[in-house]
Amino acid sequence: MGVYWAIAVRSFRRFSTYRIATLSGAFTNTVFGFIFCGVYLTLWHSSPGLGGYDVSDALTFVWLQQGLLAPIGIFGATTTMELGERVRTGEIAVDLYRPTQLMIWWLSVDAGRAWFQLLTRGGAPLLVGAIVFDLNFPSSVGQWLAVVVGLAFGILVSFGVRYLVALSGFWITDSRGLESLAMVLSLFFSGTILPLVVFPGWIGAVARATPWAATLQVPIDIWLGRNPGGTTSGLGFQLFWIVVLFLAGRLATVFATRKVVIAGG
Amino acid sequence: MLRRAPGQYWMLVAMWVRSSLAYPASFLLMLVSQALITGTDFIAVLLMFSHLKSFGGFSLAEMALLYGTASMTLGLADLATGSVERIGQRIRSGDLDVWLIRPVPAFLQAVTDNFALRRLGRPLQALLVMVVALGNLQIDWTAPKVGLLAISLISGSVIFGAIFVLGAAFQFVSIDSAELANSFTYGGQQLTQYPLSIFGKNIVRAVTFVVPLAFVNYYPVLYVLDKPAPLGLPGWIGLLAPAVAVVMIALAALAWRGGLRRYRSTGS
Repeated sequence: MGVYWAIAVRSFRRFSTYRIATLSGAFTNTVFGFIFCGVYLTLWHSSPGLGGYDVSDALTFVWLQQGLLAPIGIFGATTTMELGERVRTGEIAVDLYRPTQLMIWWLSVDAGRAWFQLLTRGGAPLLVGAIVFDLNFPSSVGQWLAVVVGLAFGILVSFGVRYLVALSGFWITDSRGLESLAMVLSLFFSGTILPLVVFPGWIGAVARATPWAATLQVPIDIWLGRNPGGTTSGLGFQLFWIVVLFLAGRLATVFATRKVVIAGG
Repeated sequence: MLRRAPGQYWMLVAMWVRSSLAYPASFLLMLVSQALITGTDFIAVLLMFSHLKSFGGFSLAEMALLYGTASMTLGLADLATGSVERIGQRIRSGDLDVWLIRPVPAFLQAVTDNFALRRLGRPLQALLVMVVALGNLQIDWTAPKVGLLAISLISGSVIFGAIFVLGAAFQFVSIDSAELANSFTYGGQQLTQYPLSIFGKNIVRAVTFVVPLAFVNYYPVLYVLDKPAPLGLPGWIGLLAPAVAVVMIALAALAWRGGLRRYRSTGS
């Protein structure tokens, strides 16, 4: 257990050395935040109460979304891309020598990254947004607690998907094609291009059932207190996907490990 | 030296294209997913129009034209010059030193660095949206309108391309700031795909007089659609797009030279 904690701490430190990169990333998120606010204001002024959000919900959505893109890894994340790279180049063999669980090792690396990016790239845009616009914040200790858990769950679900994509390299040699396809799905179904509450009819129902909905849309809905069926059902939905994805990840690890032994000897 | 530049550009591009076509299946998958990734932006517009009839005074077909031209110009600029944003990495790794001693200008090597043909995905989906948009619009076509629409696709690409280069030149000062330029390139595309007037007068002023993103497609499209320009600007302001592009090239060239002159090897 101590090993994994140490890995997470070092991963946090590693990401904290890219200060200018982090700063310029936060700046870009803030610029996009303003652009989306302009768009959403137009949208919600012409159809008030769209998707059960009021104007201030919609604006809060924008700033949370921009702040969470990097920590959750909606566009993919450095850590799991590195894992894919290691599978591609064969360096993964070194990882498999270690007396640690491959999946938990990389989960720790990803957790350190996510925690650092949550503090910096999550905090800065939200602060700017809150100064300029009238945003909604959780109103009770219980709700704050649910937000913390929901965010952690969101990152875990996202990791679960990204880990599987990275390991796919064991079977299809190059996971980069699948990586970009996974990004399309993630952009579309996480609520990044538009909040899922705006998706009409069956497209909305499908989108809301995918694991990507559990990464971004559900944590934000918990923050806004707008999750259909309440906060508990939102957390339950996330937990369901965590269990499914982690079981799949565990299985994939076992099969992949066997494959390496057969192939490389 | 300048006379040989186009040939050298194509030589470097052809080299990278051959390397990306070495795995055709993987290339096709990346091309398709590139088109899909950038296409999701337009799907967002379609989803919005499932709730409303007009957005900032634009109908769906008019918005599609605005989106198509924004995405097309950024896509072409990204294809031709987008690689230049990797310059920070090249400075850090010391690769730039190698480029400087080669008999090809460093700029050409920077814009063709890892030239990614899969980026054709964006212009392709933009073309599709543009064709559908033009098919659904009743436009009173005149020679200036046809000319301006065609020329603005080029001048718009040049404006975005110049912004890519300006962002890269800034990385000579601040090596790790690659993502900063995204605010103006991808952010610029995101902005220009909407009727700019929805963002308020100050933003329109900023994208007219400071970072001239409004000339990429907004003013030309307003001219084509016979819509009045905002801020009481004359209707023919869209015709200035090529002139703005020339000014942007000059600025980008100055910045790039300044950056390169300032460059000191990392020594690693």
